[in-house]
Amino acid sequence: MINVVWVVLLVGGLLVAAAGGTLPEVTQAAMTAAGKGVEVALGFVGIMTLWLGMARIAERSGLMQQLADLLAPVLRRLFPEVPHDTPALGNMSMNLVANMLGMGSAATPFGLKAMQDLRSLQDPSDATASSSMITFIALNTAALNLVPASVIALRVAAGSRSPADIVGPTIMATAAAMMVAVVADRWYRWRQPSPRARGKSPRPPQSPPGRPAAPP
Amino acid sequence: MLNVVDGISIWAVPILLGIIPVYGLLRGVPVYEVFVEGAEEGFKMAVMMIPFIVGILVALSVFEASGALDWVIARLAGPLSLVGVPAPVVPLMLVRPISGGAALGIATGLLQKYGPDSFVGRVASTLQSSTDTTFYVLTLYFGSVSIRRTRYALKVALLGDLAGFVAAVVICHALWG
Repeated sequence: MINVVWVVLLVGGLLVAAAGGTLPEVTQAAMTAAGKGVEVALGFVGIMTLWLGMARIAERSGLMQQLADLLAPVLRRLFPEVPHDTPALGNMSMNLVANMLGMGSAATPFGLKAMQDLRSLQDPSDATASSSMITFIALNTAALNLVPASVIALRVAAGSRSPADIVGPTIMATAAAMMVAVVADRWYRWRQPSPRARGKSPRPPQSPPGRPAAPP
Repeated sequence: MLNVVDGISIWAVPILLGIIPVYGLLRGVPVYEVFVEGAEEGFKMAVMMIPFIVGILVALSVFEASGALDWVIARLAGPLSLVGVPAPVVPLMLVRPISGGAALGIATGLLQKYGPDSFVGRVASTLQSSTDTTFYVLTLYFGSVSIRRTRYALKVALLGDLAGFVAAVVICHALWG
């Protein structure tokens, strides 16, 4: 589906640009965006380095395990296939908790680390998302938001008399989003089990022969 | 309430930065060495994301710069206002899953123009804080571990967004409509 969305965005935009005679501007925008993509990624280096270092300490000291134990009853049900002795559950817990508290910059590195942990549970040459990865991303994008700090700051800046009165609605709306995402995820999991979970039948070769495996 | 929220936003990160090393030290972990060891991965991970982020940002910017996004917004404003979505909020709804920066810009504009305590301002605030930049998160998370086939991930994530939008509008109508 991401393939279709990508092509629609790209080709749809190009067609509209061609029709409207704005092709040069749009081409320029595409080139600028490519450079910006690199900037965004490199902009992550500092924060990622800091939090991945912290994450390693939390992991080694057992702090992460404690947090994971706290959320374990929920996470075990959502991720039955993830072994309990991997740091995956701990990193996911850290990510979800940081997200709930509105700490995006702290949440992302833990989330990326969790993805790495989940990735290590599958064949390195397999570039297909595992069901646990999808469940985690669904939880992450529809995460319960208890402290919408940035929007409250925006409201204060705009001169609101009651900047925090959107906290209640936000908690309710994100709870609804989370519930729907979890239910939808369960449904798709059941409808489209991952190739690995389908049984003992060997997986058909998915990449054309001669193509090098994905880099680790 | 505001003080509590403010307090959490100001203190959460420094507390984490303090508690994690102190706890590690108390548990006998060579904290600095372990920190450096974990931190080494930061650069590698960021570099690995580049192709995925460039791919999505280029497509999004083409869609936006060409005017295609405005066209879609114009088509959807009518039908959405029938179901209770205030027309000025429609662009925010459509942009929110795609571009965090653009959504923040639109939300700021709405708050300035209509006032943060108006109905539009409250719906915009709730929408902005209720959902995430889904496309970006998907690209980033899958990109960082070189996953190319994402199966039903986008569908599930967008269903969650939709539920968040609907809930935000319904709740705002119930409270302030």
